[in-house]
Amino acid sequence: MDLGNIASLDFFYPEAILTGTILLVVLLDLVLTNKRALGLVALAGCLLSLWATLQLYGTSGGWLFHRMIVLDNFSLFFKLVSLFAAILVLWMSRGSREVGEVHQGEYSAILLSSTLGMFFMASSTNLLMAYLSLELVSLTSYILTGFLPHNRRSSEAALKYLIYGGVASGTMIYGMSWIFGMAGSLDYARINQALLQGEANHLGLFIAFVFILAGFGYKIVFVPFHMWSPDVYQGAPTPITAFLSVGSNAAGVAILIRFFFPAVSRLGDDGNWMFLSGVEWPHFLLMVSMVTMTLGNLCALNQQNVKRLLAYSGIAHAGYILMGLVVLNNEGLQAMLFYIVVYLIMNLGAFLVVVIVANATGKEDIESYRGLAWRGSAIPAVCMAIFLFSLTGLPPLAGFVGKFFLFAAVIKQQFYLLAVVAVINSVISLYYYARIVKTMFLDFPQPSDGQVKMTAEAAVLLGLLSSMTLLFGIYWGPLVAFTNHSLSFFVK
Amino acid sequence: MAIGLTHYLVLGAILFSLGLYTVLTRRNAISVLMGVELILNSANINYVAFSHFSSGNVDGQIYAIFVIMLAAAEAAVGLAIVLAIFQLFHTIDVGAVETLKE
Repeated sequence: MDLGNIASLDFFYPEAILTGTILLVVLLDLVLTNKRALGLVALAGCLLSLWATLQLYGTSGGWLFHRMIVLDNFSLFFKLVSLFAAILVLWMSRGSREVGEVHQGEYSAILLSSTLGMFFMASSTNLLMAYLSLELVSLTSYILTGFLPHNRRSSEAALKYLIYGGVASGTMIYGMSWIFGMAGSLDYARINQALLQGEANHLGLFIAFVFILAGFGYKIVFVPFHMWSPDVYQGAPTPITAFLSVGSNAAGVAILIRFFFPAVSRLGDDGNWMFLSGVEWPHFLLMVSMVTMTLGNLCALNQQNVKRLLAYSGIAHAGYILMGLVVLNNEGLQAMLFYIVVYLIMNLGAFLVVVIVANATGKEDIESYRGLAWRGSAIPAVCMAIFLFSLTGLPPLAGFVGKFFLFAAVIKQQFYLLAVVAVINSVISLYYYARIVKTMFLDFPQPSDGQVKMTAEAAVLLGLLSSMTLLFGIYWGPLVAFTNHSLSFFVK
Repeated sequence: MAIGLTHYLVLGAILFSLGLYTVLTRRNAISVLMGVELILNSANINYVAFSHFSSGNVDGQIYAIFVIMLAAAEAAVGLAIVLAIFQLFHTIDVGAVETLKE
C-alpha cells in the first residue's frame, strides 16, 4: 500500500487522538480551575490512543502520506512502548510533589507532544521525517527538563541538554546530507536501492553513518554521546527523568533500527541482515557497545545521588541493548525489543521509588534511603530491591530473561569477547545496585530520618510494576511471542 | 573556473568545522548556540548543493527550509532557557553554571 494524504487518515487514529488530546488539554487549561483534572484528561487521551493503536496492530501495513511514514507492526510496537511510558509517567507525576508545583496543563501537553514525536520517530521512513520527529522529541525534552521554576539544577540541566542535543542533531543532518547526496533521495526504500546496487564510496558512507549515529546515539545514550545524561537525569524532575530514560531511549532504538536495517541493509532468507559490503559496521558497533557498558558501570560505582546512579546504569543498559544490533540478525533484534519492554518496566519502577522517597525526604542521595524498610512501610524498599536486582539481571526476575536472550543471540554468532565483557559488567553492576539494597535493609534509620509514606495511587502503580517484573521473569512466553510478531518491517 | 558541487561541499565542511570549533571553545551560551546554527547551516548548503547538482529533484531544498524553521524553534527554546539561566545564576557563562557534578 502506498497511500496519499486523505487515504492515510484511516490509519492515523493513534496520532490524531494524541494531537486532539494535546489541543484539548491546552484549551481546558484556560477554563478549568482544578488543574489536577488536566492530568486525568491527558491520561484518558493516552488510553484512547492506546486502544486505537491496538486496533491497528497486525494489519498488513503500508506507506502513509506519500511514503513519509510507515505503518507496520514494528512501528506499532514502539508506539505502544511510548504510550505505556507516557501513561505510567503521567500517573507517577500525579503523586510527585516536585511536579505538583508546576503548571499542570502545560506539563501534560508538552509530555504528550513528546510522545507524539516518539510515534513519528518509530514510523518515519524518510530522512526529513526522521529529523523532524527527532527534533520534536528533543525540543519538548529540553522544555520538560527545565520545567521546575526557580530551580538552578533544572535550568542548568536544560542548558546542557540543549547544547549537546543541538550539536548532535546538527551533526546528524550533516551526515544525512551526505547520504542524500550519494543516494539522490530522502526516501528509505530508494536509498536502499541506490546504496545496495550503486558503487557508493565506502569511506564516505562510513563517515556519514558515524555522523548519523551521533544523532541517534545521543537519544539512546551511548558513548561517546553520553555526556549530557548524568547531569540531565539529575537535574530534571524525577518523572521526566524516568520518561527520558525509557521513552526517548526506546524511540532512539526504533529510529536506529529502522535506518540501519530496512534502509541500508538487505534481509536474507535465513533471518540474517546483509549490511553494505565493505563497510566495517558490526565491528564498530561491537566496540561502541563494549565501551558503553563498561564506562556506564564503572562510573556508577561511586555515585552518591540515586538519580545520577540510575543515569549511569542507563548508559550501561544502552550498551547491553546495543549487543542485539551487533549480530545483524532477527534474533538479536528480537532480543533488543524484549529487553526494551523489560527495561521500561523495571526502570520506571525504580524511578517511582525515587519519587516516593523524594516526596517524603526532599532528597535523592543514597543516605536518604537509610533503613527505608523500617521507616513506616516496607513496600517501597521491597519493590526497589526487586527492580534493582532485575536491573542487575538476577533470576527469577524479568531482567535476567532479557539479558539471557541478548547473550544467547551474541553467543550463537560467536561474539565471545562481547559476551564475556557483558557478563563481567553484570557482575560489576551488582555492586552498586546491592549497595542501595544494603542501605535500605541492613542500615538502621537515624532518629532524624522521617517516615516514608506513599499515596494509594503510587502504591497501586508500584504493585503493578513489581508484579510485572516478577511475572515476566517466570512466564515470558507471551512477551516473546509479541516481540517476535512485532519484528515485521514494511519494505515493499 | 566554473563553480561546481565540490566547492559547495568544501564550503559546507569548513562551515561545519567552524561551528563545531565555536561550540567547543566559546564559553558564552549565546555564542555556543550560534555555533549550533553554523552546523545546521553547513548541512543546508550540502542539501541545496546536492539537490541542484546531483539528485535532480527539490527534496534537498525543501529539507533546507525545514531545517531553517527548526533552527528558529530551537533558538526560541534555547534563548528561553538562557534567560532562565541568567535570572538564576546572573551569568550566561557555561563554565560558571556548575551545580551538577560528580
